Amino acid sequence: MRTIRFIIRKEFQQLRRDRRLLPLIFLSPVLQIALLGYAANMDVKDIPLAICDQDHSVESRQLAASFLESGSYVASVYVPDAQSAERSIEEGRSSLALVIPPGFGRSLDGTKSAPLQLLADGSDSQSAAIGLTYATLIVSRAQTARAAARLSGLDPRVLRQVKSVRVDPAVRVLYNPTLASRNFMVPGVLAMILMIITTILTSLAIVKEKELGTLEQLIVTPITPRQLIIGKLAPFALISLVIITVVLIASLLLFGIAVRGSLLVLYALSLLFMLSSLGMGLFVSTVARTQQQAMMISMFFFMMPMIILSGFVFPIESMPPVIQAVTYIFPLRYYFVIIRGLFLKGVSFAELWRETAALAAIGVVVIGASVLRFRKRLE
Amino acid sequence: MNRARIATIMVKELRQVSRDPATLGMLLVVPLFLLLMFGFAISLDVKHIQMAVLDRDRTPSSREFLQSFLHSEYFDLKQVLDRESQIDGLLDEGRVLVALVIPKDFGRAVGNGERAEVQAIVDGSNGTTAATAIGYVQAVAADYSQRAFVRSLERAGVTGMKTTIDFQPRVLFNPELRSANFLIPGLIVLILMMTAVLSTTLSIVREKERGTMEQIIVSPVKSMELILGKTVPYLFMSLVAAATILATSRLLFGVTVKGSWLDLSVVTLIFLFGCLAFGVFLSTISDSQQVAFLLSSLLTLLPTFILSGFVFPFRNMPVVIQAVSYLLPGRYYLAALRAVMVKGVGFQAFGDQVLALLVFAAVMGGLSVLRLRRGK
Repeated sequence: MRTIRFIIRKEFQQLRRDRRLLPLIFLSPVLQIALLGYAANMDVKDIPLAICDQDHSVESRQLAASFLESGSYVASVYVPDAQSAERSIEEGRSSLALVIPPGFGRSLDGTKSAPLQLLADGSDSQSAAIGLTYATLIVSRAQTARAAARLSGLDPRVLRQVKSVRVDPAVRVLYNPTLASRNFMVPGVLAMILMIITTILTSLAIVKEKELGTLEQLIVTPITPRQLIIGKLAPFALISLVIITVVLIASLLLFGIAVRGSLLVLYALSLLFMLSSLGMGLFVSTVARTQQQAMMISMFFFMMPMIILSGFVFPIESMPPVIQAVTYIFPLRYYFVIIRGLFLKGVSFAELWRETAALAAIGVVVIGASVLRFRKRLE
Repeated sequence: MNRARIATIMVKELRQVSRDPATLGMLLVVPLFLLLMFGFAISLDVKHIQMAVLDRDRTPSSREFLQSFLHSEYFDLKQVLDRESQIDGLLDEGRVLVALVIPKDFGRAVGNGERAEVQAIVDGSNGTTAATAIGYVQAVAADYSQRAFVRSLERAGVTGMKTTIDFQPRVLFNPELRSANFLIPGLIVLILMMTAVLSTTLSIVREKERGTMEQIIVSPVKSMELILGKTVPYLFMSLVAAATILATSRLLFGVTVKGSWLDLSVVTLIFLFGCLAFGVFLSTISDSQQVAFLLSSLLTLLPTFILSGFVFPFRNMPVVIQAVSYLLPGRYYLAALRAVMVKGVGFQAFGDQVLALLVFAAVMGGLSVLRLRRGK
């Protein structure tokens, strides 16, 4: 126990000696959550729409208005012809363009069908796909309304047989009624920041001593591998505790997102997550030969795959089975479920036991593997 | 500047890298590996939405209505429910995204031409997916109403009212709306950025930490020569990595380069040089390799992922944060990549981006030289 305390004190002294390290460790997560939390927003609203009304009729104006009133689009530019509409998309100033050709209003009342064109910028396939879905909906509603209005001109005896069917979905949204993507993304950004900072903290811990030649000195002392690993891990666990507190307070204050579940559960499971993530960093450190290797291994094999494949924005369910299988070893995957469940749904611990068990298992395995790896090196 | 001295440093760097095959492999092979893994994994398409249904009506009409959901590729029927009380639990556990409740008098209302209301309960936690799912629910209901209406018109013998609006959506640049065309350029930016910055971010600080920096300082090598000697070898390696992943995205993901390959190479070269210079700069301001690693990860990984327009549209960001995003080279490179690969436009359309990348590279190179000179 005294040996461990000795290593912990030594680690803290080293941390303090590097003037930039501690301020960076504590300040950067707050800065990052402030900056990235506001940026990570996928709301589909205000899609820039170029409007080209060549008809200038009551009907064409009504249709354009119904696009703008839906809340999904804002008029980016009004253009006189289809060419300018297309150019506005090419230059990236509009995602969609509504082209209402001359004669649209007149043909609505005739028996001919009225042509209507919509251009979409496929290079932003996300906005284009959703923009098109909503556009189709608006047009089909306009069409139904139009047809219903024209029915009044029919012979009353025929009219009695026509049923103007209308099925309306009454939508009730749970957990996040405004559908603000921020409520989903901010916890995600928070989780990624915690993962990155903890992995970086430990991934150089052992290999640094190797590279600087101080490891031999440690080896000749009577310290056991277990003591060394615990001694290396403990200061960072303490630092992590401070980081999680600071980051949680910052995100609660900045974004006004209340934790619906138990704060205690959130705190405890966050610490568990950080331990597993610290353990991963430590494992990298025992595997790598130089600090450069350690940096690249943790970036390319841990951090990058985790931020892309853990379900932050890209749903795991749509990934191929092989890659889905790989995601089970990422602590971040489980932590996303935990943190989003606690923030948004207010789930209780009973619903999170699977994720908790997985995190604990990963933590035990990676820390155990680090001790084993290290023992081999000593011989 | 002395070419021989630059060459000497380059040779020394190359020798060091070749002595460490693991690092060399990571710089050359890992970018490709990451692109393969991520490219196959990610999509933003909302399809196969898991749905639970409570059909209280159990009439041919309600069944037909339900079928119109299942016929679209957007909805999968996960569970048929008997009680309303089951819904909350299913949504809490995240097993379904949408629960649809068809009321008891649905069939009667549809038959009489009255307004029928069905209930859709949606898990809103992922706002984007939920918004898309709601759009699909509404579209299916509107489509069902339209078809039922047309049928009743036909039965009544009314003709000529079928279609009043001939709606022709046309998608430019990416007609099938493949999300690969949208996402692969973003992945290329993220992967190349990380590879380039990490390959130089330890270059100077490592010499400082090992104490070999003093030897370099007392040698006649000038700061500019040192920086060029340390960047150029990695420029070649990152170019190789860039070429492999660009070729792969074409061969495996079908993301063809519609514009000119020359434009693409030029803009890639400038971007890579800027990133490498950025890595060197971070190295000159760090006291230890750990700080350099921390700085380069914090400044590049998440900012490039979130602020470069990869998945999060700039239009949703507050003005201050949009302003910050102008500092990121990834933003310009991604805009240029999408322009040249997907849109197939020429230099004149992304000249601003190229200019911004040149400025970034010059500033980072200049700052590193200044920092090094001060160090002497």
